[in-house]
Amino acid sequence: MAESSSMEKEQGKKQSRFLAAVRRLRSYPTTVIGFAIVFFFIFIAVFGPWLAPYSYTEQRLSEKLQPPSEKYLFGTDQFGRDIFSRIIVGSRDVLTVAGSATVVAVLLGLTLGLFSGYFGGILDEVLMRLMDVILSIPPLLLAMVILFSLGPSRLNVILVVGFLYIPMVARVVRSVVLDLKTRQFVEAARLRGESSAYIVFKEILPNVLPHLAVEASMRFSYAIFLVASLGFLGLGVQPPSPDWGLMVGEARTWFHQARWVLFFPAGAIALLVVGVGFMSDGLRRMLLPGGVSDV
Amino acid sequence: MSEMNEKANATRTVLDVRDLTVTYNTENGPLDTVRRASLKIAAGEIYGLVGESGSGKTTLARAIVRYLPGNGRIKGGPVMLGEDNLLKLSRAEMRRIWGKRITMVHQDPAAAVNPTIPVGEQIAEMARTHLHMNKKEAREKALEMLNKVRMPDPEAVYRRYAHQLSGGMLQRVLIATALTTNPELLIMDEPTTALDVTTEAVILDLIHELLSEFNTAILYITHNLGVVARICHRVGVVYAGELMEEGTINQVFKESLHPYTRGLLGCVPRIDYNKRTIALSAIPGYIPRPDRLPAGCIFAPRCDMAEEDCRRARPPVVEAAPGHRTACRRFEELAGVPLSASLLRRTREPRERREGPLVLEARNIKKYFTMAGSIFSRGPAVVRAVDDISVRVRGGFTMGIVGESGCGKTTLARCIAGLEEATAGEIELEGQILPRSAAKRPPELLKKIQMVFQNPDASLNPQHPVGLSVARPLILLRNLPAKEIDKRVRELFQAVNLPEDYIHRLPHELSGGEKQRVAIARAFAAEPALMLCDEPISSLDVSVQASLMNLLVELQESKGVSYLFISHDLAAVSHLSDWIAVVYLGRLWEVGSAEDVFAPPYHPYTEALLSAIPIPDPDVKQKRVRLKGSVPSAMQIPPGCRFHTRCPRKWGEICEKEEPPWQDAGNYHRICCHIPLEELQRMQGEGSIYQADQAKGGA
Repeated sequence: MAESSSMEKEQGKKQSRFLAAVRRLRSYPTTVIGFAIVFFFIFIAVFGPWLAPYSYTEQRLSEKLQPPSEKYLFGTDQFGRDIFSRIIVGSRDVLTVAGSATVVAVLLGLTLGLFSGYFGGILDEVLMRLMDVILSIPPLLLAMVILFSLGPSRLNVILVVGFLYIPMVARVVRSVVLDLKTRQFVEAARLRGESSAYIVFKEILPNVLPHLAVEASMRFSYAIFLVASLGFLGLGVQPPSPDWGLMVGEARTWFHQARWVLFFPAGAIALLVVGVGFMSDGLRRMLLPGGVSDV
Repeated sequence: MSEMNEKANATRTVLDVRDLTVTYNTENGPLDTVRRASLKIAAGEIYGLVGESGSGKTTLARAIVRYLPGNGRIKGGPVMLGEDNLLKLSRAEMRRIWGKRITMVHQDPAAAVNPTIPVGEQIAEMARTHLHMNKKEAREKALEMLNKVRMPDPEAVYRRYAHQLSGGMLQRVLIATALTTNPELLIMDEPTTALDVTTEAVILDLIHELLSEFNTAILYITHNLGVVARICHRVGVVYAGELMEEGTINQVFKESLHPYTRGLLGCVPRIDYNKRTIALSAIPGYIPRPDRLPAGCIFAPRCDMAEEDCRRARPPVVEAAPGHRTACRRFEELAGVPLSASLLRRTREPRERREGPLVLEARNIKKYFTMAGSIFSRGPAVVRAVDDISVRVRGGFTMGIVGESGCGKTTLARCIAGLEEATAGEIELEGQILPRSAAKRPPELLKKIQMVFQNPDASLNPQHPVGLSVARPLILLRNLPAKEIDKRVRELFQAVNLPEDYIHRLPHELSGGEKQRVAIARAFAAEPALMLCDEPISSLDVSVQASLMNLLVELQESKGVSYLFISHDLAAVSHLSDWIAVVYLGRLWEVGSAEDVFAPPYHPYTEALLSAIPIPDPDVKQKRVRLKGSVPSAMQIPPGCRFHTRCPRKWGEICEKEEPPWQDAGNYHRICCHIPLEELQRMQGEGSIYQADQAKGGA
């Protein structure tokens, strides 16, 4: 009986903590907006094909460059395709490509950062200088060079963008690890003879994760931007796929006649990037209260 | 004439605060962090506001000067500064009062000085802004102020930047700045807490001397009862946002009428008491959080005198004697009880001293760090953090290592633990030579040395339930079956007086003292022969410190473990230690049993330390031995005796040229000094450095 009452208390405490977190969220409207935007885009990415009123490839040349109306919510483009449908369907491309790139960057960056930070020495020196080399080249330029030689494809974009963001993730992880490894709980672990694997994965890694989550969300918003830029330059996904960056690129020619052709895809990119940015700030506030140094 | 002035001034009230309540608007609703505080300070008076961390003393001071963060609100009042009610003034009018009529000195001198402006200019700026002086006059004023705070070579100091001055010098600069405008009220918020004890003593002397010159009213905030006893005239004791007791130093320290004050006084270890005979009287429990205050007297849950009435309603504040106010409804019963050691301290059966076998013998330990140096310096610099120290610890005994910050005491412990690889030297544990690095020690040797660290927040993994932290050594070092582990963890939690259901909690759900108990349980889980305690209580509140010290003593007696107890707090070291070693600049200077080290002849450095520590008893007068200057850098260690640059008893040229020899004072008491022991004894006189001053009104 005593057991159950303590369990209930535990439950109650957890619930009240959750409620308190929600209450706190209310005083940060940007965080709520950020999460709302991101979840909205995820929703349309998943259910896009069922939500879109038209096919994204269906051309009606007779109705090209139509302004927004009841029939075509966001208007039509130069081939008479429904922009609204294209944006809905295109959200899946943006999220999967940028998302996969982020996953690549986070996984590799985490691994490099953990080892570089924990073991230090010559390994650390070599890895970090390598990272500096990658960081010293403007990402868009480097991505263009690599994609020119590899050829544009969805997979290549993911790999290139992921590769470019490894150094940033690795650096953040490394600095957190450097701080953590001088903490006394790590020293206490060394004093009882824990293996390096235990220290890295059980003592340090769980404390890196909150930082990693915040960093990942930031990388995600950058990745969306870079993927869109590559699409704009024609180095990403190829026509006729409804990539937002590609749509902006194609719209350049028709901009003077039909502003909506440019406005809606560009607006979608901006909205998503801002939303992810707000979410990232919110994550930082929730996961890392009291600043970065406070693990 | 001057006497008459003094008398007139003594009655002139500068600050009169009545019924001040401070409310913070937080996410969880409004919180009253200070409640109905009233106090008065007269010109030329130092009023000590003493309390544990989070008791609201800084908030109260900030409310008085109306310098609260945006979510702070003030209720009640008035707050009268002279003829003006500060609560009624506009922001613009307050700006004319800040810096002119009220000034502040903060805890961290390094953070309070602008690093890019020469310190003298910063004082001069005060004079220009508030005294409307021109550049030349302001400069002269600044130099005059530097002179007044006894700054050596003020002209040179005027041009220096913050990083070129030591902490003590910077604090003097800040005091000079604060006194430039000859303010009516000076608020000092823990001004010596960040300083070493010998520097603290010099600053406290200075504050005392300046008081007669400036006739300012000083509100002195501190957690250190000894400091209050040394310099304050009157004192207010704060607990969880309320004033519990207020009176003159003698009233509060000698005839205290509140159980909390009495409890606090009983918690402080004193040089003249030892663990073998006396246990500290810890206050049970913890300070209540401001959002969960008890209904009646806020101290009732921790008070051993509390009765039904105390828990029902807040007790009124009563003036028990002229100027002596207390918030305890049972103060009359306390009035009859003398505040003596017998009331507060449990006496212990004197423990027999057995000669244990040698547990640790560390011989000639050296640890040098190479600093890469900036691009301006010539090549790498070598920091000699520990430079040839040998210590021995016998089974079941405590070796106390005492020294000021940066003397190398922590590095020594880390070398012994193997967390740092010693540059040279041998570490022998129970007759076996240990590899210098922990990574190379086999598990059965590794488990014999465990460590308790200073910072309780960093010593537990924030993501691990505390039970796991205690269980790991059992799994790893003792290889016990799962069932046995669970049982042992529960036993260990009991041993450190923590409830068993804490096992599943995460560190952030525990208070600082509780975390440190878990850290102690974790260290004991490995069943070590030697525990290295690196300032384990320094970051905790006085009442929590006392209970942890008692715990360490109890565990030592039941488990027979030896401690190497490291601290800058001489009183704590003396309370816990059987043997004491005094460290300065990476070397030992005196080793001996606790009684021998604290009786003449002492090493001149020990003498200065003993003279400097503030004792929470206004009747105890210490002989005044003060150190000059500041600790030299461990990169540029002075030749000859390393202490000669600051030694108050410098013997002659030999001190600058030759390393001093070890002299044997008998009974394993050894002193490293050029001065012959007989001569030291003669200089330092017979008897203790403390003279209980029976005559009233002694200087």
